[in-house]
Parts: sequence; structure tokens; C-alpha cells
Amino acid sequence: MNAETVERAPRRYGMVIDLDRCSGCGACMVACSAENNVPPAHPQATERTGITLLRVVQVKDAASRGVAFIPMMCQQCGDDTPCMTVCPQQAVEVDKLTGVVEQMPQRCLGCRYCMTACPFQARFFNWWDPEWPAGMETTLNPGAAPRMRGVVEKCDFCQSRMHAAEDKAAMEGSREFEYTPACVEACPTRAIVFGDLNDPESDVSRQARNSFRFLERLGTGPKVYYRSRRPWLRTLASRVGAPPKKENGNG
Amino acid sequence: MLAAGWLLFPALLYTSTPQPAQFSHQAHGEAAGLTCDTCHGFTAEGRFAGIPTTESCAGCHSGLLGETESEKHFFANFVEPGREVNWLIYSRQPDNVRFSHARHVQVGKMECAECHGPHGESESLKAFERNRISGYSRDIWGPRMLRVGLKPGQGMKMDDCMACHRDRQVEAGCLGCHR
Repeated sequence: MNAETVERAPRRYGMVIDLDRCSGCGACMVACSAENNVPPAHPQATERTGITLLRVVQVKDAASRGVAFIPMMCQQCGDDTPCMTVCPQQAVEVDKLTGVVEQMPQRCLGCRYCMTACPFQARFFNWWDPEWPAGMETTLNPGAAPRMRGVVEKCDFCQSRMHAAEDKAAMEGSREFEYTPACVEACPTRAIVFGDLNDPESDVSRQARNSFRFLERLGTGPKVYYRSRRPWLRTLASRVGAPPKKENGNG
Repeated sequence: MLAAGWLLFPALLYTSTPQPAQFSHQAHGEAAGLTCDTCHGFTAEGRFAGIPTTESCAGCHSGLLGETESEKHFFANFVEPGREVNWLIYSRQPDNVRFSHARHVQVGKMECAECHGPHGESESLKAFERNRISGYSRDIWGPRMLRVGLKPGQGMKMDDCMACHRDRQVEAGCLGCHR
């Protein structure tokens, strides 16, 4: 490869999620699991030991009697990425070309420091070997390798879809492409916008200007932005609360 | 003792299986005037189509074209009954590897032989050697146990990918090549 085929300018993928549009239907969770080859939950799995790379969390506000649904996934922290700094295996890296926080199951030794470090609880450990009911393995996505028992996984903004878009562009001799993660495509209310934050003209950049991020004061520079007109949701976003009582029951 | 070990170890480490049918790349390439991408092409989505199906072989070989034993064997066992050949793939990577042929060939303008070696000139298919421990093809590690003095196109480990990327200063990140 010569000088003219140098990589394209680095992107910084990000999302803006409009919480006033989210109806909590969970279509994004289903699309996410299907795209990333997440197996059906083990019978013993709990909210924390099962794998939900994207979770829709219900929150309530007593004072205004408000209810909201918050789609939570890896927030792709860009500054002092907590999971990356604690990983003893260098199994986590922030990709220089896309800004995506990469999790390498091949290197992961399963110590789960990253899960402790993650302020968003967006990382999940494979407590069981993946198993699909007979016949369902034919529906697996060939673009995503299933993970084995004993490693941590998380959302990577559907790299499988990015790879497919990259390959298709390459057939036309191009490096320029755009792609849509599964959750964005599945959302019936179009609550999620995805794109390149480095491009000031993109939808995601424009919407990110009028938005907030969860736990912004921790300074981890998440690249997933949220929007809402409801003030109590904005307050909630900066509050570090006790984890729900139901969680982590088995362990 | 040490020498014996080095000779014995590769023989014990790999199982050797002959391919289910024989094929001469040389006869098809030079003599019949075909290029790599005549049979090993891409789909429109940029997915590498790999090894051709019996149907695409039968596109030319609807009847016997030559007089070789291997063609007769192939015709009688695969074309006539319409069976697919269960080829053993020398360069098969593990599931977690994402290699985009489209990116390397269409955009990077690389030759097939730069990774696959000059097997387009081979007269017959060698036996497929499988590592008993990892299950990988021997072509991934390369023909030499110590991996010294490997020629370009020998060895398909991550080290080999990385060496080339480093030389050409092409950044790929982890998830550029893993999935």
C-alpha cells in the first residue's frame, strides 16, 4: 500500500438518545442480542449474570410521578477510560480510528476488574458457555464470534455491521462508508441517532450540543449522549445512587 | 536426542489428510488461461466467496475436458452426482478473525500470492495438515517449526499480519481484524 491509500481521517463514533421518545419497548435489546450472537439466558441467570449488552432501564420520579426508560450500553468513555486503565491484560483499548472502546475476549482472563471499574455497569461476564436451542445456531450472525465462558463482553457499536459496510465500500474501491448499529435501526420511535462526532455537520454532533451525559462529572468523557425535556431526568443523570436491591442477588 | 525431538515433534503434532479430490492450479492457470479471481471471487457485498462450488466447476467441466485421472475422479464422484467437495482449507482462520479480502485486494491492491504464496503455480494439492492441539491448519504457523527464514506468503499468524501492517504503517486497531 502506498501513500495514497493511507487510512481515512479518524472518526469518533457516538450516539444521542432521546429519552422523551423512548417508549421502553425493548426492540433495541432484541436487535442487539441477535446482532451480537448473545445466547438465550441461562436458567440461573440474574440481571447481572445474564448478558444484556444493551439494557432498557426503567426509572421513576416520585415528585412528578414521571416514568422514563433509559437505554444503557457501554458509554464508550474517551478520557481515562476506566475499564481500560484497570485491565491487567491490555484486553481493552480505545480504537484510534473510531473512538470505540474495544474489548478483546481473546486476551481477557476474566478477572472482572473492568466490571467493577465501569461506572455504568455496562460490562457483562460470561458465566456459562453459550448454548443455543437446536436449530437456532443457524440464525447466528457470521460477522460476530460468540464469546466463551470466562470472558467479559460489552457493546462495541456493532463492529460486525461496520465491517460489513467497510467491505461493501471496498468493493467499489472506497474507504468511505456509513453504517447503522442494530439498536438504532430497530428503534420504532427513532430515539437513537448514531454517527461521527468529529463531523460537525452530522446529526449526532448537532443533537449532542443540546444534551447531557450520565455521570458526566466523573470525567470519563462518554460518547453516548442523552436528551430530555424533563428536569428530573437531567438531575438523575448526575446522581450516583445505590444499586437496585434486586441486583447481584446470587453473587 | 534433541535433533530427533525436532524431527519427531512436527510429525506428532500434525495429522495429515489428503484432499478429497485433486486439482492442478498450474493446469487451470497457465494452460487454461484463468486468473485467481475467475474461481475465487467476491460477492457484491464484498464477502470473499472462497472456494468455488461444484456447480461453478461444472460450468466448464460439463463433460470431460482432459484425460487425467484426477479429472475423471472429480467428474465421477462430484460433478455427476452433483455433490459438493469437502475441501480442507489450508488458510482457514479461527472464528474470531475478521479478514477482509475486499479491503486488501480492492483497496490495498495486494496480490493474492503475497499472503497465500505461489500456490497458483502448484501442480497438485498437498495433504492438509491439522494441528492436533489447536485444530488449525499447518499453513497458519508456517512450514518451519522455529518460524525463522519464512518466505513471504508462508505463515498466517497474527504476527505475520502485524509485521506487514507495521511495515506499511497501516493502523487497524484490535477490532479491525477481530470480531
